[in-house]
Amino acid sequence: MLLRRVAESVVLLWMVVSLTFLLVRAAPGDPAAVLIPPSASPADATRLRAELGLDAPLPVQYARWAKGMLRGDLGTSFAQRRPVSAVLADAIPISLALGGASLALTFLIGVAVGTMQAAKRGTAVDVALTVGTTAVYAAPSYWLALALIAVFTYGATYWGLPAAFRLPAFGMRSPGLDLTGYAALGDLARHAVLPVFTLTAIGAAGIARYTRSIVADILDAPFVRTARAKGATPFAVHVRHVLRNALPPLVVLFALALPGTLAGSVFVETVFAWPGMGRAMVTAIAARDYPVVLGATVLYAALVIAANLCGDLALPALDPRRRSS
Amino acid sequence: MTRWWPRATLARVGLVMLAAMVLGALLLPALAPTDPRAIGDVLALRLLPPFRVDVAGHFHLLGTDKFGRDVLVRMMLAGRVSLFVGVIGSVLAAGVGVIVGAGSAWLGGAADRALTALGDALLAVPRLILLLVCAALWRPGTGMVVGVLVATGWMGVARLMRAETLGVTARPFIESATALGVRPIRILWRHVLPNALAPAIVATTLGVGSAILLESGLSFLGLGVQPPQPSWGNMLADGRDAIVTAPWIALSPGIALIATVLACTLLGDALRDRLAGEQTQSLRDRA
Repeated sequence: MLLRRVAESVVLLWMVVSLTFLLVRAAPGDPAAVLIPPSASPADATRLRAELGLDAPLPVQYARWAKGMLRGDLGTSFAQRRPVSAVLADAIPISLALGGASLALTFLIGVAVGTMQAAKRGTAVDVALTVGTTAVYAAPSYWLALALIAVFTYGATYWGLPAAFRLPAFGMRSPGLDLTGYAALGDLARHAVLPVFTLTAIGAAGIARYTRSIVADILDAPFVRTARAKGATPFAVHVRHVLRNALPPLVVLFALALPGTLAGSVFVETVFAWPGMGRAMVTAIAARDYPVVLGATVLYAALVIAANLCGDLALPALDPRRRSS
Repeated sequence: MTRWWPRATLARVGLVMLAAMVLGALLLPALAPTDPRAIGDVLALRLLPPFRVDVAGHFHLLGTDKFGRDVLVRMMLAGRVSLFVGVIGSVLAAGVGVIVGAGSAWLGGAADRALTALGDALLAVPRLILLLVCAALWRPGTGMVVGVLVATGWMGVARLMRAETLGVTARPFIESATALGVRPIRILWRHVLPNALAPAIVATTLGVGSAILLESGLSFLGLGVQPPQPSWGNMLADGRDAIVTAPWIALSPGIALIATVLACTLLGDALRDRLAGEQTQSLRDRA
């Protein structure tokens, strides 16, 4: 079972990799025009064409390219003149830190809000939160980011708010300051507030919507009535009976929420100028640096497939009904 | 517990919001006293805050942008593009999804496995990333955005449709239709599809909102709808530079965007509750 799921994931990743290969070849015009920098002279273009193997027949190209992929060779960035893997290796930790912090907060807040809504189903509080979470969920991350910058970066200075509310909007650290130790960490944390808040607000709104419907269904289940009849306190009912049963679908949701957070961070990294994977991809698109674009795509797919696999593997541990003998 | 506001009321609110947005997008640019695309006396008109009357005596409810164009009228003009792209993009994607899903369930075998595998592979890449790759490879523009939304949006509906079609095909009335000698294509069209369509309709309604969001995201990055054609996304990108001096330029299209996506979500939610209710109802009838 375990081996089978892992094998399936590997096959899936391989299909994504092949798909990106086909996509570049299916794009209008000569693939050489896509893969060779527009600045190259005709002589250089011919040489590069041979170097990139673009003069070989398609199956041969595919075989060569696939061999490179297997060895972790994603090609060379046109714009930065270094391996794509090195470009991405610089960007991944930043995206994972940003996404990881946001995802953790997203679930803490989202599950709490959704559970509260389900417990107070049909009341004014529930309706207000339903409208609120649906509205925040509908907000584009870049719009929310700009609104936050308007209020906390420019507005806070304009209105003379205390320094704690004046938050930086660009980059990961203050330029010109040579900070070390805790001071540097504090500076990084201040720069992280607005990006993390943007991602968390939208993510938590979505999770709250799901949690509300999951928990509402569980609250109607007979075993909850039994627990109440036995005299369990409301807290014990929610934590030991309801939350315990809501956990398996939430774990699946956690795996599904990762791609959304990563995609959302494309905009957040762009607006807040964080040098993560999303920004690397957008910059690469603007520079027509296709090896980086395709490398980032494969990496995003790998992260999503890995997250789904982890969710599937964690499920039997949490839900005895999913255990096969 | 008191029932405060039933979800159906929320759906009605969503419907009214959506209708207002569509009417505004259709009528306002046509009724505007000046051409929203033309640039007039830039120095006199540019960056007027909301609720101002300009030198020519025209009232600007949401102010003007850096070229002196009325933000409200441009926003509604942009709404035409954004709504069109969102609705057409998700309806066409759903159409492809229904054909692929029902087709692969009906055909079975190698075709089914190939189509399911293709869908799974595409679903493994976040949709925004797929959109970005396509936008990078093809020339940006409105047509490209619709095409890419269809190419990256059919898999969810196809998956739903495949499961639903398999479920319906296993039911006794399909067997009796086959026994009566009805042609397979007619069984699929008249008996299977109408009974399998409900989840696809809900997914499509909810998909309109996300398609509008994705279009505006691409346009915000400069990879979607291209100026001078306004869309909510590229208006927001314009307003980004002036977020300090003229925040209304970026905030207004954002609010239009949120209101529209919110309305689509409320409508889709209510539709899902309704259709889910009907299904459990019919299950109870059969029992």
